[in-house]
Amino acid sequence: MYGLFLRHFFLIKSSFPRILDLIYWPTIQIILWGFISKFFSIYSDYYNNTVGIILTCAILYDFLFRSSISFNMLFLEEIWSRNFTNLFIAPMKISEIIISLVFTALIRTLIGLVPAILITSPLFGISILNLGIPLFFLFLSLYIFGITLGLFVSSGLIRFGPSFENIAWSSLFLLAPLGCIYYPIEILPEFFQILAKGLPLVFIFDETRNILVNNFVDFGNILHAFYLNAIYLLIGIYLFYFSFSKARKKGSLINMGE
Amino acid sequence: MIEVINLSKSYQNNEAVKSINFNIGENEIIGLLGPNGCGKTTTIAMILGLLKPTKGKILINKKNIEYHRIELLHKMNFISPYIELPKKLTVKQNLIVYAKLYNVKKIDQRIDYLSSTLRLNKILNNLTGELSSGQKNRVSLAKSLINNPSVLLLDEPTASLDPETGNFIRSFLEDYIKQKKISILLASHNMEEVKRLCTSVMMMKNGKIIDRGAPRELIKKHGRKNLEEVFLKLARTKDEL
Repeated sequence: MYGLFLRHFFLIKSSFPRILDLIYWPTIQIILWGFISKFFSIYSDYYNNTVGIILTCAILYDFLFRSSISFNMLFLEEIWSRNFTNLFIAPMKISEIIISLVFTALIRTLIGLVPAILITSPLFGISILNLGIPLFFLFLSLYIFGITLGLFVSSGLIRFGPSFENIAWSSLFLLAPLGCIYYPIEILPEFFQILAKGLPLVFIFDETRNILVNNFVDFGNILHAFYLNAIYLLIGIYLFYFSFSKARKKGSLINMGE
Repeated sequence: MIEVINLSKSYQNNEAVKSINFNIGENEIIGLLGPNGCGKTTTIAMILGLLKPTKGKILINKKNIEYHRIELLHKMNFISPYIELPKKLTVKQNLIVYAKLYNVKKIDQRIDYLSSTLRLNKILNNLTGELSSGQKNRVSLAKSLINNPSVLLLDEPTASLDPETGNFIRSFLEDYIKQKKISILLASHNMEEVKRLCTSVMMMKNGKIIDRGAPRELIKKHGRKNLEEVFLKLARTKDEL
Protein backbone atom coordinates (compact mmCIF):
# COMPACT_ATOMS: atom_id res chain seq x y z
CA MET A 1 0.00 0.00 0.00
CA TYR A 2 2.77 2.39 0.96
CA GLY A 3 4.57 1.50 -2.27
CA LEU A 4 1.54 2.45 -4.34
CA PHE A 5 1.18 5.68 -2.35
CA LEU A 6 4.87 6.45 -3.01
CA ARG A 7 4.45 5.77 -6.75
CA HIS A 8 1.93 8.61 -6.97
CA PHE A 9 3.59 10.81 -4.36
CA PHE A 10 6.90 10.81 -6.27
CA LEU A 11 5.05 11.65 -9.47
CA ILE A 12 3.25 14.62 -7.88
CA LYS A 13 6.33 15.81 -5.99
CA SER A 14 8.46 15.92 -9.12
CA SER A 15 5.95 17.69 -11.33
CA PHE A 16 5.10 21.33 -10.75
CA PRO A 17 2.29 21.26 -13.38
CA ARG A 18 0.62 18.41 -11.44
CA ILE A 19 0.81 20.33 -8.15
CA LEU A 20 -0.54 23.42 -9.88
CA ASP A 21 -3.32 21.32 -11.37
CA LEU A 22 -4.35 20.10 -7.92
CA ILE A 23 -4.55 23.65 -6.60
CA TYR A 24 -6.00 25.18 -9.74
CA TRP A 25 -9.42 23.51 -9.99
CA PRO A 26 -10.71 24.11 -6.45
CA THR A 27 -9.46 27.71 -6.56
CA ILE A 28 -11.21 28.48 -9.85
CA GLN A 29 -14.43 26.78 -8.73
CA ILE A 30 -14.49 28.76 -5.49
CA ILE A 31 -13.83 32.07 -7.27
CA LEU A 32 -16.50 31.42 -9.91
CA TRP A 33 -19.20 30.29 -7.48
CA GLY A 34 -18.19 33.02 -5.05
CA PHE A 35 -19.00 35.69 -7.64
CA ILE A 36 -22.23 33.92 -8.62
CA SER A 37 -23.33 33.72 -4.97
CA LYS A 38 -22.43 37.36 -4.41
CA PHE A 39 -24.49 38.37 -7.43
CA PHE A 40 -27.58 36.49 -6.30
CA SER A 41 -27.34 37.76 -2.73
CA ILE A 42 -27.18 41.40 -3.94
CA TYR A 43 -29.50 41.26 -6.95
CA SER A 44 -31.91 38.50 -5.99
CA ASP A 45 -34.74 39.96 -8.08
CA TYR A 46 -32.65 40.48 -11.24
CA TYR A 47 -33.83 37.37 -13.08
CA ASN A 48 -37.36 37.30 -11.75
CA ASN A 49 -39.06 38.15 -15.01
CA THR A 50 -36.80 36.29 -17.36
CA VAL A 51 -36.90 32.55 -17.23
CA GLY A 52 -33.95 30.76 -18.79
CA ILE A 53 -31.23 33.42 -18.79
CA ILE A 54 -28.92 31.18 -16.86
CA LEU A 55 -29.68 28.20 -19.06
CA THR A 56 -29.16 30.28 -22.23
CA CYS A 57 -25.84 31.57 -20.90
CA ALA A 58 -24.87 28.01 -19.94
CA ILE A 59 -25.59 26.81 -23.50
CA LEU A 60 -23.56 29.66 -24.98
CA TYR A 61 -20.70 29.02 -22.58
CA ASP A 62 -20.81 25.33 -23.43
CA PHE A 63 -20.63 26.23 -27.12
CA LEU A 64 -17.49 28.24 -26.40
CA PHE A 65 -16.08 25.42 -24.28
CA ARG A 66 -16.83 22.74 -26.90
CA SER A 67 -15.37 24.74 -29.77
CA SER A 68 -12.12 25.37 -27.92
CA ILE A 69 -11.84 21.82 -26.60
CA SER A 70 -12.71 20.38 -30.03
CA PHE A 71 -9.85 22.34 -31.56
CA ASN A 72 -7.46 21.15 -28.86
CA MET A 73 -8.71 17.58 -29.03
CA LEU A 74 -7.89 17.34 -32.72
CA PHE A 75 -4.31 18.12 -31.81
CA LEU A 76 -4.21 15.93 -28.73
CA GLU A 77 -5.62 12.97 -30.66
CA GLU A 78 -2.58 13.15 -32.96
CA ILE A 79 -0.22 13.24 -29.98
CA TRP A 80 -1.96 10.39 -28.15
CA SER A 81 -1.97 8.21 -31.25
CA ARG A 82 1.71 9.05 -31.89
CA ASN A 83 0.74 10.31 -35.33
CA PHE A 84 1.96 13.86 -34.75
CA THR A 85 5.16 13.52 -36.77
CA ASN A 86 3.29 11.97 -39.70
CA LEU A 87 1.08 15.03 -39.77
CA PHE A 88 3.99 17.46 -39.89
CA ILE A 89 5.89 15.60 -42.60
CA ALA A 90 2.80 15.65 -44.79
CA PRO A 91 2.90 18.46 -47.35
CA MET A 92 0.50 20.75 -45.53
CA LYS A 93 1.02 24.46 -44.99
CA ILE A 94 0.44 25.77 -41.48
CA SER A 95 -2.48 27.80 -42.83
CA GLU A 96 -4.03 24.61 -44.23
CA ILE A 97 -3.63 22.87 -40.88
CA ILE A 98 -5.32 25.78 -39.09
CA ILE A 99 -8.21 25.99 -41.58
CA SER A 100 -8.87 22.24 -41.50
CA LEU A 101 -8.84 22.25 -37.69
CA VAL A 102 -11.22 25.24 -37.58
CA PHE A 103 -13.81 23.50 -39.76
CA THR A 104 -13.45 20.08 -38.15
CA ALA A 105 -13.79 21.67 -34.71
CA LEU A 106 -17.01 23.38 -35.83
CA ILE A 107 -18.53 20.08 -36.92
CA ARG A 108 -17.48 18.40 -33.65
CA THR A 109 -18.96 21.27 -31.66
CA LEU A 110 -22.28 21.23 -33.50
CA ILE A 111 -22.62 17.46 -33.12
CA GLY A 112 -22.44 17.95 -29.36
CA LEU A 113 -24.46 21.14 -29.10
CA VAL A 114 -27.47 20.69 -31.39
CA PRO A 115 -29.03 17.88 -29.29
CA ALA A 116 -28.46 19.95 -26.12
CA ILE A 117 -30.30 22.92 -27.65
CA LEU A 118 -33.13 20.70 -28.86
CA ILE A 119 -33.81 19.13 -25.46
CA THR A 120 -33.96 22.44 -23.57
CA SER A 121 -37.31 23.30 -25.15
CA PRO A 122 -39.31 20.17 -24.17
CA LEU A 123 -37.55 19.80 -20.82
CA PHE A 124 -37.46 23.40 -19.58
CA GLY A 125 -39.72 25.30 -21.98
CA ILE A 126 -36.82 27.48 -23.06
CA SER A 127 -35.55 28.14 -26.56
CA ILE A 128 -32.21 29.76 -27.19
CA LEU A 129 -33.69 30.90 -30.51
CA ASN A 130 -35.53 33.58 -28.51
CA LEU A 131 -32.36 35.61 -28.91
CA GLY A 132 -33.32 36.06 -32.56
CA ILE A 133 -30.90 37.07 -35.32
CA PRO A 134 -28.24 38.36 -32.87
CA LEU A 135 -27.85 34.73 -31.74
CA PHE A 136 -25.92 34.06 -34.95
CA PHE A 137 -23.45 36.86 -34.16
CA LEU A 138 -23.13 35.74 -30.54
CA PHE A 139 -22.39 32.17 -31.64
CA LEU A 140 -19.94 33.37 -34.29
CA SER A 141 -18.16 35.59 -31.78
CA LEU A 142 -17.95 32.77 -29.24
CA TYR A 143 -16.71 30.36 -31.89
CA ILE A 144 -13.95 32.75 -32.97
CA PHE A 145 -12.87 33.16 -29.35
CA GLY A 146 -13.02 29.38 -28.78
CA ILE A 147 -10.85 28.78 -31.83
CA THR A 148 -8.47 31.51 -30.69
CA LEU A 149 -8.04 29.81 -27.32
CA GLY A 150 -7.54 26.55 -29.22
CA LEU A 151 -4.78 28.22 -31.22
CA PHE A 152 -3.07 29.45 -28.03
CA VAL A 153 -3.19 25.98 -26.45
CA SER A 154 -2.16 24.16 -29.65
CA SER A 155 0.79 26.54 -29.95
CA GLY A 156 1.80 25.45 -26.45
CA LEU A 157 1.38 21.79 -27.39
CA ILE A 158 3.59 22.22 -30.47
CA ARG A 159 6.23 24.08 -28.53
CA PHE A 160 6.19 22.22 -25.18
CA GLY A 161 4.67 18.86 -26.09
CA PRO A 162 2.15 16.75 -24.16
CA SER A 163 3.12 18.33 -20.82
CA PHE A 164 1.05 21.30 -21.96
CA GLU A 165 -2.04 19.07 -22.07
CA ASN A 166 -3.43 20.15 -18.71
CA ILE A 167 -3.53 23.74 -19.88
CA ALA A 168 -5.72 22.58 -22.76
CA TRP A 169 -8.39 21.44 -20.31
CA SER A 170 -8.10 24.28 -17.85
CA SER A 171 -7.71 27.36 -20.06
CA LEU A 172 -11.42 28.07 -20.29
CA PHE A 173 -12.11 27.60 -16.61
CA LEU A 174 -9.49 30.24 -15.88
CA LEU A 175 -11.45 32.70 -18.01
CA ALA A 176 -14.89 31.70 -16.69
CA PRO A 177 -14.89 33.97 -13.62
CA LEU A 178 -13.61 36.92 -15.69
CA GLY A 179 -15.94 36.17 -18.59
CA CYS A 180 -18.97 37.26 -16.52
CA ILE A 181 -21.06 34.44 -17.93
CA TYR A 182 -23.76 34.39 -15.26
CA TYR A 183 -23.44 37.86 -13.72
CA PRO A 184 -22.77 41.44 -14.84
CA ILE A 185 -19.25 42.84 -14.78
CA GLU A 186 -20.10 45.14 -11.86
CA ILE A 187 -20.03 42.15 -9.53
CA LEU A 188 -16.26 41.77 -10.00
CA PRO A 189 -13.74 43.72 -7.91
CA GLU A 190 -12.45 46.78 -9.77
CA PHE A 191 -9.11 45.31 -10.75
CA PHE A 192 -10.79 42.23 -12.23
CA GLN A 193 -13.21 44.48 -14.10
CA ILE A 194 -10.27 46.04 -15.93
CA LEU A 195 -9.01 42.59 -16.92
CA ALA A 196 -12.49 41.38 -17.85
CA LYS A 197 -13.03 44.30 -20.22
CA GLY A 198 -10.14 42.97 -22.26
CA LEU A 199 -12.12 39.81 -23.01
CA PRO A 200 -14.84 39.55 -25.66
CA LEU A 201 -16.78 37.21 -23.35
CA VAL A 202 -17.95 40.06 -21.11
CA PHE A 203 -19.56 41.85 -24.05
CA ILE A 204 -21.08 38.67 -25.49
CA PHE A 205 -22.73 37.54 -22.25
CA ASP A 206 -23.70 41.05 -21.26
CA GLU A 207 -25.49 41.39 -24.58
CA THR A 208 -27.18 38.01 -24.17
CA ARG A 209 -28.63 39.10 -20.84
CA ASN A 210 -29.50 42.49 -22.26
CA ILE A 211 -31.52 40.97 -25.12
CA LEU A 212 -33.36 38.55 -22.86
CA VAL A 213 -34.07 41.03 -20.03
CA ASN A 214 -34.67 44.27 -21.97
CA ASN A 215 -35.73 42.91 -25.38
CA PHE A 216 -33.27 45.33 -26.94
CA VAL A 217 -30.16 44.67 -29.07
CA ASP A 218 -27.08 46.79 -28.44
CA PHE A 219 -24.93 46.11 -31.50
CA GLY A 220 -22.17 48.15 -29.89
CA ASN A 221 -21.53 45.24 -27.51
CA ILE A 222 -21.47 42.73 -30.37
CA LEU A 223 -19.11 44.88 -32.42
CA HIS A 224 -16.82 45.42 -29.44
CA ALA A 225 -16.62 41.65 -28.98
CA PHE A 226 -15.71 41.23 -32.66
CA TYR A 227 -12.94 43.85 -32.44
CA LEU A 228 -11.41 42.10 -29.46
CA ASN A 229 -11.82 38.73 -31.18
CA ALA A 230 -10.01 39.99 -34.26
CA ILE A 231 -7.05 41.11 -32.14
CA TYR A 232 -6.83 37.84 -30.20
CA LEU A 233 -7.29 35.73 -33.35
CA LEU A 234 -4.40 37.50 -35.09
CA ILE A 235 -2.22 36.99 -32.00
CA GLY A 236 -3.27 33.31 -31.89
CA ILE A 237 -2.37 32.74 -35.55
CA TYR A 238 0.96 34.50 -35.11
CA LEU A 239 1.68 32.41 -32.00
CA PHE A 240 0.91 29.18 -33.86
CA TYR A 241 3.39 30.06 -36.62
CA PHE A 242 5.94 31.22 -34.05
CA SER A 243 5.62 28.00 -32.03
CA PHE A 244 6.06 25.89 -35.15
CA SER A 245 9.19 27.81 -36.03
CA LYS A 246 10.54 27.46 -32.46
CA ALA A 247 9.68 23.76 -32.40
CA ARG A 248 11.66 23.27 -35.61
CA LYS A 249 14.66 24.89 -33.93
CA LYS A 250 14.29 23.03 -30.61
CA GLY A 251 13.36 19.67 -32.10
CA SER A 252 10.11 19.23 -30.21
CA LEU A 253 8.28 18.02 -33.33
CA ILE A 254 10.42 14.89 -33.49
CA ASN A 255 9.58 13.08 -30.30
CA MET A 256 6.03 14.23 -29.77
CA GLY A 257 3.92 11.50 -28.20
CA GLU A 258 6.82 9.26 -27.27
CA MET B 1 18.33 12.76 -55.11
CA ILE B 2 19.52 13.99 -51.72
CA GLU B 3 22.54 16.27 -51.20
CA VAL B 4 23.55 17.04 -47.63
CA ILE B 5 26.11 19.85 -47.48
CA ASN B 6 28.05 20.86 -44.32
CA LEU B 7 25.01 20.05 -42.20
CA SER B 8 25.19 20.89 -38.47
CA LYS B 9 22.71 21.04 -35.64
CA SER B 10 23.34 22.41 -32.17
CA TYR B 11 21.07 22.46 -29.15
CA GLN B 12 22.37 25.08 -26.74
CA ASN B 13 25.83 23.65 -25.88
CA ASN B 14 25.31 20.25 -27.46
CA GLU B 15 26.39 19.79 -31.07
CA ALA B 16 24.24 16.87 -32.23
CA VAL B 17 25.37 16.86 -35.86
CA LYS B 18 28.76 18.23 -36.91
CA SER B 19 29.20 19.40 -40.47
CA ILE B 20 28.27 16.22 -42.32
CA ASN B 21 28.24 15.76 -46.09
CA PHE B 22 26.75 13.04 -48.23
CA ASN B 23 24.79 12.41 -51.44
CA ILE B 24 22.22 9.78 -52.22
CA GLY B 25 21.62 9.23 -55.91
CA GLU B 26 18.62 7.86 -57.71
CA ASN B 27 18.00 4.13 -57.12
CA GLU B 28 20.49 4.09 -54.28
CA ILE B 29 19.95 2.87 -50.73
CA ILE B 30 22.47 4.38 -48.34
CA GLY B 31 22.78 3.02 -44.82
CA LEU B 32 23.26 5.24 -41.81
CA LEU B 33 24.77 3.35 -38.90
CA GLY B 34 25.81 4.44 -35.47
CA PRO B 35 25.19 3.99 -31.78
CA ASN B 36 22.14 5.50 -30.08
CA GLY B 37 22.42 9.26 -29.77
CA CYS B 38 25.00 9.61 -32.53
CA GLY B 39 22.83 11.99 -34.58
CA LYS B 40 21.00 9.68 -37.01
CA THR B 41 17.48 10.76 -36.05
CA THR B 42 18.53 14.41 -35.96
CA THR B 43 19.92 14.07 -39.48
CA ILE B 44 16.73 12.41 -40.75
CA ALA B 45 14.57 15.06 -39.03
CA MET B 46 16.53 17.81 -40.78
CA ILE B 47 16.13 16.11 -44.17
CA LEU B 48 12.38 15.94 -43.52
CA GLY B 49 12.26 19.62 -42.61
CA LEU B 50 11.09 18.82 -39.06
CA LEU B 51 14.24 20.35 -37.65
CA LYS B 52 16.00 23.50 -38.75
CA PRO B 53 19.74 23.04 -39.31
CA THR B 54 22.09 25.37 -37.46
CA LYS B 55 24.41 25.39 -40.47
CA GLY B 56 24.56 23.86 -43.92
CA LYS B 57 21.86 22.88 -46.35
CA ILE B 58 19.90 19.96 -47.70
CA LEU B 59 19.01 19.78 -51.37
CA ILE B 60 16.31 17.41 -52.51
CA ASN B 61 16.24 17.11 -56.29
CA LYS B 62 18.41 20.28 -56.34
CA LYS B 63 15.96 22.31 -54.21
CA ASN B 64 16.68 23.49 -50.67
CA ILE B 65 14.26 21.91 -48.16
CA GLU B 66 14.28 25.12 -46.09
CA TYR B 67 12.74 27.14 -48.90
CA HIS B 68 10.69 24.49 -50.72
CA ARG B 69 9.54 22.37 -47.79
CA ILE B 70 5.91 21.82 -48.77
CA GLU B 71 6.69 21.29 -52.45
CA LEU B 72 9.40 18.73 -51.64
CA LEU B 73 7.39 16.89 -48.98
CA HIS B 74 4.96 15.87 -51.73
CA LYS B 75 7.69 13.57 -53.04
CA MET B 76 9.16 12.43 -49.72
CA ASN B 77 8.05 10.05 -47.00
CA PHE B 78 9.22 8.46 -43.80
CA ILE B 79 8.73 5.36 -41.70
CA SER B 80 9.80 4.83 -38.11
CA PRO B 81 8.75 2.35 -35.40
CA TYR B 82 8.36 5.36 -33.07
CA ILE B 83 5.59 6.87 -35.15
CA GLU B 84 2.22 5.20 -35.53
CA LEU B 85 -0.93 5.68 -37.51
CA PRO B 86 -4.24 6.49 -35.78
CA LYS B 87 -5.30 3.27 -34.07
CA LYS B 88 -9.05 3.80 -34.24
CA LEU B 89 -9.08 4.09 -38.03
CA THR B 90 -9.10 1.05 -40.28
CA VAL B 91 -6.08 0.38 -42.44
CA LYS B 92 -7.96 1.56 -45.52
CA GLN B 93 -9.18 4.74 -43.81
CA ASN B 94 -5.62 5.58 -42.78
CA LEU B 95 -4.34 5.04 -46.30
CA ILE B 96 -7.14 7.19 -47.72
CA VAL B 97 -6.37 9.99 -45.22
CA TYR B 98 -2.69 10.03 -46.15
CA ALA B 99 -3.44 9.71 -49.87
CA LYS B 100 -5.58 12.84 -49.52
CA LEU B 101 -2.91 14.67 -47.48
CA TYR B 102 -0.34 13.90 -50.19
CA ASN B 103 -2.81 14.83 -52.92
CA VAL B 104 -2.53 11.40 -54.56
CA LYS B 105 -4.57 11.06 -57.76
CA LYS B 106 -6.26 7.69 -58.40
CA ILE B 107 -6.35 6.78 -54.71
CA ASP B 108 -8.15 3.45 -55.13
CA GLN B 109 -5.61 2.27 -57.68
CA ARG B 110 -2.70 3.21 -55.42
CA ILE B 111 -4.23 1.50 -52.39
CA ASP B 112 -4.98 -1.61 -54.46
CA TYR B 113 -1.37 -1.75 -55.65
CA LEU B 114 0.10 -1.30 -52.17
CA SER B 115 -2.35 -3.72 -50.54
CA SER B 116 -1.54 -6.47 -52.97
CA THR B 117 2.24 -5.98 -52.93
CA LEU B 118 2.42 -5.56 -49.14
CA ARG B 119 -0.13 -8.32 -48.39
CA LEU B 120 -2.68 -6.01 -46.80
CA ASN B 121 -5.81 -7.16 -48.63
CA LYS B 122 -7.15 -9.24 -45.75
CA ILE B 123 -6.61 -6.54 -43.13
CA LEU B 124 -7.73 -3.45 -45.05
CA ASN B 125 -10.92 -3.15 -43.02
CA ASN B 126 -9.32 -4.00 -39.65
CA LEU B 127 -8.65 -1.32 -37.06
CA THR B 128 -4.99 -0.32 -37.21
CA GLY B 129 -4.68 -0.53 -33.42
CA GLU B 130 -5.69 -4.19 -33.45
CA LEU B 131 -2.96 -5.34 -35.86
CA SER B 132 0.13 -7.34 -34.94
CA SER B 133 3.45 -5.46 -35.01
CA GLY B 134 4.35 -7.10 -38.33
CA GLN B 135 1.05 -6.05 -39.87
CA LYS B 136 1.39 -2.51 -38.46
CA ASN B 137 4.83 -2.31 -39.98
CA ARG B 138 3.55 -3.27 -43.41
CA VAL B 139 0.76 -0.71 -43.09
CA SER B 140 3.28 1.99 -42.12
CA LEU B 141 5.36 1.03 -45.14
CA ALA B 142 2.26 1.32 -47.34
CA LYS B 143 1.62 4.78 -45.86
CA SER B 144 5.22 5.77 -46.57
CA LEU B 145 4.84 4.71 -50.22
CA ILE B 146 1.32 6.10 -50.74
CA ASN B 147 2.64 9.19 -52.55
CA ASN B 148 5.10 7.21 -54.70
CA PRO B 149 8.01 9.13 -53.10
CA SER B 150 11.27 9.85 -54.85
CA VAL B 151 12.95 10.20 -51.44
CA LEU B 152 12.25 7.67 -48.70
CA LEU B 153 13.68 7.82 -45.21
CA LEU B 154 13.60 4.59 -43.25
CA ASP B 155 14.36 4.66 -39.54
CA GLU B 156 14.78 1.07 -38.31
CA PRO B 157 12.05 -0.24 -40.62
CA THR B 158 12.30 -3.83 -39.40
CA ALA B 159 12.90 -3.22 -35.68
CA SER B 160 11.10 -5.75 -33.45
CA LEU B 161 9.80 -7.78 -36.37
CA ASP B 162 9.94 -11.56 -36.62
CA PRO B 163 12.51 -12.89 -39.15
CA GLU B 164 9.89 -13.81 -41.75
CA THR B 165 8.26 -10.35 -41.74
CA GLY B 166 11.67 -8.65 -41.64
CA ASN B 167 12.74 -10.68 -44.64
CA PHE B 168 9.52 -9.86 -46.48
CA ILE B 169 10.09 -6.11 -45.94
CA ARG B 170 13.70 -6.33 -47.11
CA SER B 171 12.72 -8.29 -50.24
CA PHE B 172 9.96 -5.80 -50.92
CA LEU B 173 12.39 -2.88 -50.71
CA GLU B 174 14.89 -4.67 -52.97
CA ASP B 175 12.21 -5.15 -55.62
CA TYR B 176 10.74 -1.68 -55.15
CA ILE B 177 13.99 0.16 -55.80
CA LYS B 178 14.46 -1.80 -59.02
CA GLN B 179 11.08 -0.64 -60.29
CA LYS B 180 10.95 2.98 -59.11
CA LYS B 181 13.15 6.05 -59.30
CA ILE B 182 13.82 6.51 -55.63
CA SER B 183 16.60 7.50 -53.20
CA ILE B 184 16.50 5.76 -49.83
CA LEU B 185 18.28 6.58 -46.58
CA LEU B 186 18.15 3.63 -44.20
CA ALA B 187 19.01 4.06 -40.51
CA SER B 188 19.24 0.66 -38.91
CA HIS B 189 20.90 -1.38 -36.21
CA ASN B 190 20.44 -4.56 -38.21
CA MET B 191 23.81 -5.08 -39.90
CA GLU B 192 22.67 -7.93 -42.12
CA GLU B 193 19.85 -5.78 -43.38
CA VAL B 194 22.23 -2.93 -44.16
CA LYS B 195 24.67 -5.28 -45.88
CA ARG B 196 21.89 -6.80 -47.99
CA LEU B 197 20.12 -3.60 -49.01
CA CYS B 198 22.65 -0.79 -49.08
CA THR B 199 25.02 0.14 -51.86
CA SER B 200 26.99 2.26 -49.41
CA VAL B 201 27.13 2.75 -45.66
CA MET B 202 27.93 5.78 -43.50
CA MET B 203 29.14 5.21 -39.96
CA MET B 204 28.14 7.98 -37.58
CA LYS B 205 29.56 8.73 -34.17
CA ASN B 206 29.20 11.78 -31.94
CA GLY B 207 27.47 13.71 -34.70
CA LYS B 208 30.13 13.03 -37.34
CA ILE B 209 30.39 10.62 -40.23
CA ILE B 210 33.56 8.77 -39.30
CA ASP B 211 33.71 6.33 -42.18
CA ARG B 212 31.84 5.38 -45.31
CA GLY B 213 31.94 2.91 -48.17
CA ALA B 214 30.34 -0.21 -49.60
CA PRO B 215 29.62 -2.81 -46.88
CA ARG B 216 32.16 -5.30 -48.28
CA GLU B 217 34.81 -2.58 -48.66
CA LEU B 218 34.37 -1.51 -45.03
CA ILE B 219 34.66 -5.08 -43.79
CA LYS B 220 37.84 -5.53 -45.81
CA LYS B 221 39.28 -2.13 -44.87
CA HIS B 222 38.87 -2.75 -41.13
CA GLY B 223 39.97 -6.39 -41.33
CA ARG B 224 36.79 -7.72 -39.72
CA LYS B 225 34.52 -10.68 -40.50
CA ASN B 226 31.31 -8.78 -40.87
CA LEU B 227 29.68 -5.35 -40.67
CA GLU B 228 28.69 -5.81 -37.04
CA GLU B 229 32.33 -6.16 -36.04
CA VAL B 230 33.19 -3.06 -38.05
CA PHE B 231 30.40 -1.21 -36.26
CA LEU B 232 31.66 -2.36 -32.85
CA LYS B 233 35.23 -1.42 -33.69
CA LEU B 234 34.26 2.07 -34.79
CA ALA B 235 31.84 2.58 -31.92
CA ARG B 236 34.53 1.66 -29.38
CA THR B 237 37.31 3.66 -31.02
CA LYS B 238 38.09 6.75 -28.96
CA ASP B 239 39.69 8.79 -31.69
CA GLU B 240 37.67 9.21 -34.79
CA LEU B 241 39.19 8.05 -38.04
